[in-house]
Amino acid sequence: MKNKYIERIYNGIIKENPTFVIMLGMCPTLATTTSATNGFGMGIATTAVLIFSNLLIAALRNIIPDKVRIPAYIVVIASLVTIVELLMQAYVRPLYNTLGIYIPLIVVNCIIMGRAEAYAAKHPALLSACDGIGMGLGFTCALTIIGFCRELIGSGSVFGYQIIPDDFHVGIFIMAPGAFLVLACLTAIQNKLKAPSATNFSKEEKAKKKLAGEPAGCTGECQSCMLHAEEIVDKKIELKKADCQKFETAKNEEGGNR
Amino acid sequence: MQELLLIAVGAALVNNVTLSQFLGICPFLGVSKKVETATSMGLAVLFVITLASLICSLIYDHILVPMGLEYLQTIVFILVIAGLVQFVEMFLKKSMPGLYTALGVYLPLITTNCAVLGAALTNVQEGYGLVESVVNGVGISCGFLLAISLMAGVREKIAENEGIPKSFQGSPIVLVTAGLMAIAFCGFSGLI
Repeated sequence: MKNKYIERIYNGIIKENPTFVIMLGMCPTLATTTSATNGFGMGIATTAVLIFSNLLIAALRNIIPDKVRIPAYIVVIASLVTIVELLMQAYVRPLYNTLGIYIPLIVVNCIIMGRAEAYAAKHPALLSACDGIGMGLGFTCALTIIGFCRELIGSGSVFGYQIIPDDFHVGIFIMAPGAFLVLACLTAIQNKLKAPSATNFSKEEKAKKKLAGEPAGCTGECQSCMLHAEEIVDKKIELKKADCQKFETAKNEEGGNR
Repeated sequence: MQELLLIAVGAALVNNVTLSQFLGICPFLGVSKKVETATSMGLAVLFVITLASLICSLIYDHILVPMGLEYLQTIVFILVIAGLVQFVEMFLKKSMPGLYTALGVYLPLITTNCAVLGAALTNVQEGYGLVESVVNGVGISCGFLLAISLMAGVREKIAENEGIPKSFQGSPIVLVTAGLMAIAFCGFSGLI
């Protein structure tokens, strides 16, 4: 663990696992895990985008003006996703067909935007790339585990090799509801083991971590991350109400002056 | 007409965007603690998806296809959606402060909501024209509104954690709820 590059990779896979610990990127996690192979494929595609987006954004971090950083990140990420999409279309056609619309939707995966904003924007390129590798592998592992559980119970096979006879399949697990149920059980196990996760932090711990500048789960900076959305929304409602009141009083005064 | 109705019902109920397509899961799990907030979020999404479907369909048919640039759709759509959300926010702030206070705070959260991009991409994939795209967009967002409001209703009832095993409190029970709702929505699959 001495090496800081290896530390980043370890951090992504275990300590801050994007799916189980930070709970980011839920859409592909639930949608593409009908089998371990699909989950693995999606994980690898996301990893590729994540590594290069972190690398590019970290390399460009001093060039991109602060005000337009979000659109700039979106363009970088979207271009990388298009490249991955075209490559998959050319070389792994069956996987491309199964994953379908979820490949272009990697663009809006909160993990990528979240890492760009929380890590790559502040750290050197190589370190950020390692962070991308770690996070990506963590995501891939999580997706493969969920896919493995669903495939085993739902269609009785492991990576496509059937081991349980047809009569004992619980078909619902490879359908939509199964995704929610499997993830619920895995999170519950995690809670039982008191493993660290975004939902296991108490409020004080979160505040302490925020003060220390460490990410407690999500940093709340990423717009798409819904973890703290409720708090952010409540705060924003107050702010904007005040804003609108100001606007209206200004309008009224203007009317009065006329 | 019948075809349009089929598209709308299919998008809203049969292939419900959150419960069977898993798009927009983040707001579905994150902003569903109170019915009021959830409904506003749903309405904001309705507004943005309808507009985004309209504009993305126009851009795809009249700019990307004639120029042979279909492979740029992901980049173009996400930028259009991000720009659109900003624009709508500014427009509402200037001209409709009332609506802005009700929906405005949710708008920035929607930029990267995958349901919006998902709707735009589905329209292209299915080869829908302008009218069909808008109808599909409205259907998708109505499905989202329905799912998130129902979810918030259930979550308000289970907020006290009564009788829930300790390890299932918090996000696991929400996921179980979503799973049960998804089973219920499977029942619609015979509709079309």
